[in-house]
Amino acid sequence: MNILGIRLKKKGTPYGVKVPENKLTAKKQIERAPLPEKAILPLHQNIGAPCEAVVKRGDKVLTGQKIGDSDKFVNAPVHATISGEISGTTMVVNPPTAQLVEALIVTSDGADEWIKLEPPKNPEDLSVKEILARVRDAGLVGLGGAAFPTHVKLSPPKDTKIDTVILNGCECEPYITSDHRVMLEYGEKVLSGLNIINKVLSPDNIYIAIEDNKEDAIDYMEELIVAMGLKDNFKIVPLKSKYPMGAEKILTKMILGREVPIGGLPLHVGVVVHNVSTAKAIHDAVVEGKPFVERVVTVTGAVKNPKNLLVRFGTPLRSLIDYCGGIEGNANEVVLGGPMMGFSQFDFDFPVIKGTNGIIIKESIPINEQDCISCSKCIEVCPMYLMPTLLARYAKAGRYDECKGAYIDDCFECGACAYACPANIPLVQYIKVAKRELAKRAVKK
Amino acid sequence: MSERKFLVSPGPHLWGGLSVSKIMYLVVLALMFPTGAGIYFFGYRAISVIGVSVGTCLLTEYVCKKIRGQPFIMDWSAVVTGVLLGLILPPTIPLWMVAIGAMFAIGIVKEAFGGLGHNIFNPALGARAFMSASFSVPMTTWVKPMGFAADAVTSATPLSGVSNWQQFDPSAYQAMFFGNTAGSLGETSALLILIGGILLLARGIINWRIPAIYIGVVALMSLALGQDPVFHILAGGLMLGAFFMATDYVTSPLTNRGKIIFSVALGVLTVMIRQFGGMPEGVCYSILFMNAFTPLIDRFTKVRPYGLVKRVESAG
Repeated sequence: MNILGIRLKKKGTPYGVKVPENKLTAKKQIERAPLPEKAILPLHQNIGAPCEAVVKRGDKVLTGQKIGDSDKFVNAPVHATISGEISGTTMVVNPPTAQLVEALIVTSDGADEWIKLEPPKNPEDLSVKEILARVRDAGLVGLGGAAFPTHVKLSPPKDTKIDTVILNGCECEPYITSDHRVMLEYGEKVLSGLNIINKVLSPDNIYIAIEDNKEDAIDYMEELIVAMGLKDNFKIVPLKSKYPMGAEKILTKMILGREVPIGGLPLHVGVVVHNVSTAKAIHDAVVEGKPFVERVVTVTGAVKNPKNLLVRFGTPLRSLIDYCGGIEGNANEVVLGGPMMGFSQFDFDFPVIKGTNGIIIKESIPINEQDCISCSKCIEVCPMYLMPTLLARYAKAGRYDECKGAYIDDCFECGACAYACPANIPLVQYIKVAKRELAKRAVKK
Repeated sequence: MSERKFLVSPGPHLWGGLSVSKIMYLVVLALMFPTGAGIYFFGYRAISVIGVSVGTCLLTEYVCKKIRGQPFIMDWSAVVTGVLLGLILPPTIPLWMVAIGAMFAIGIVKEAFGGLGHNIFNPALGARAFMSASFSVPMTTWVKPMGFAADAVTSATPLSGVSNWQQFDPSAYQAMFFGNTAGSLGETSALLILIGGILLLARGIINWRIPAIYIGVVALMSLALGQDPVFHILAGGLMLGAFFMATDYVTSPLTNRGKIIFSVALGVLTVMIRQFGGMPEGVCYSILFMNAFTPLIDRFTKVRPYGLVKRVESAG
């Protein structure tokens, strides 16, 4: 089916790896997870500045009430996700940064009483400034995993012209289906959110990128574009399923042939990439005036009943795993996010936070490192055209300056190299160590 | 959940599962095609030469690992070397020479340099060069295929006459393609080498560029020298060398650009040695020669990373 040329030709890449998809939950409708009795809400869930608590112990809070905020620009406020009482604080380890972060604990009163929502009378009439203020106030961050504050991404520097917006519905990580289900079940909200992005950035072209393992989502988005009468600069780009197709820099290259400069962002080449779930959240924030308190999380792998769950932030992993029937078989690893770039978690009282798109329970893979046999598989699969084996070799020898010379900054740690490595060398780990050492040196200077 | 032990590790949490030993095992499987041809044409001699070679390689690897205080891992790489060495030897070679060659391949060419991944030269070819220098007469005594018959009749290989090569009888193509001709154990049958090679290509084990360009350049070069390209492709160790030895991961360049330079040079060298050198065959020495150049090629053929075109000032 191809209505009015909305769907462009399918694109593919020789780079990256074919990973078994294991999308166990692709056909499972989103279910609402039970509200937590205690919500643990870290005050730092985004890239950028942390929040300060704006409530204190013993305060009564309503669902959607702001409990943490900051006057820094690169920050997103945190809201209470259930109604109840602030019963204390705790420290949790934020998996991506491995840093200890303060978290507020809200003990539920069981009522889930919301603050009064203030949707705009006529969303069409909102100015760009008002839209951005609403997005920020709702505490929105990018939901693809990086958790970069959305209002910042929507405010490019004045001298930067954004000519293209890419809506990312690739979901190239195995197992996870949250974006897929969001497109199917909240398609109109996704496109409404995209339309708001369109209004803010007024790009020439808008591409909705979806991998071809989600044919139903491609069809549905196409129908909706017609049904909603969106402008004819909305196009759908089907992409051949391959990991890491959904990485921003890969999409920019695939769809536009533009390479983001090393250390730069897509906006440096006139592109902004937003995730489909983020677009849906933008709709909720701007049109419905709803703060960002829940998201769709895929709980899958070795659980009895894998599910797509609509989860309030702060819900501990334990309760979600139990809700899905508990862990089965010999699984001994719990990964937050996708199995390629996600972080394994040891503490099941850790909560779902804004960046959590999946909880995967699986058997861990043994790492049995051998010497490099120079097979060059890592070079063949690297989507950034790097030479991972050299980076690892330098890192192992502590020759970090040479890592820098081999463009280690270009690596976004997708893990395709380590997936393909026959010698089972933990290439990403070595690269991470080298990056950390280089960052330390940079601070010293 | 409480009794269960959980592990924490950085991503990626998946692994493709194509391990070194699996790759080496697949190479051994692919080598069974030319090995089969060797056994068909040279009978018990082929079985004993390859058997002694593989056995000695494994034993030498085991001893070397013990001496070096490292664990012996059965990763099939010593078997690959053993089979390859067997395949590139003349069928009538005395078995004690095979054993010495195999010891040299693993003990000196491979383990003395640090083991799998650290060797500069292809172990099987290194051993063949060593044996050519040490046992020159047995290493150049060839017999007509005799199958399991007891008598072997010595004969020249098709390449023996190539240095003063005038015109080759095209009816011999068929014999050379199927392998019914004098030569090293596993080098005579182009067809079965090709089957093994295609198996490796299909499984993504070897990079098509090396055999394709190597063989292509040999064809072009021989044409340019006014010779018969089909003959040059089918003769000697080219097919086996191009599919199974030039593609050796450890001793060939990392990047595609490097591989192209490597295989073009291989093609040129092979024809030059065959045409102008003192030896009839050039595959072994061309590959060894280019093995030595691999680190240099690697140094000058790094890949251009994504996003190198322009650097951004604001970048951190």
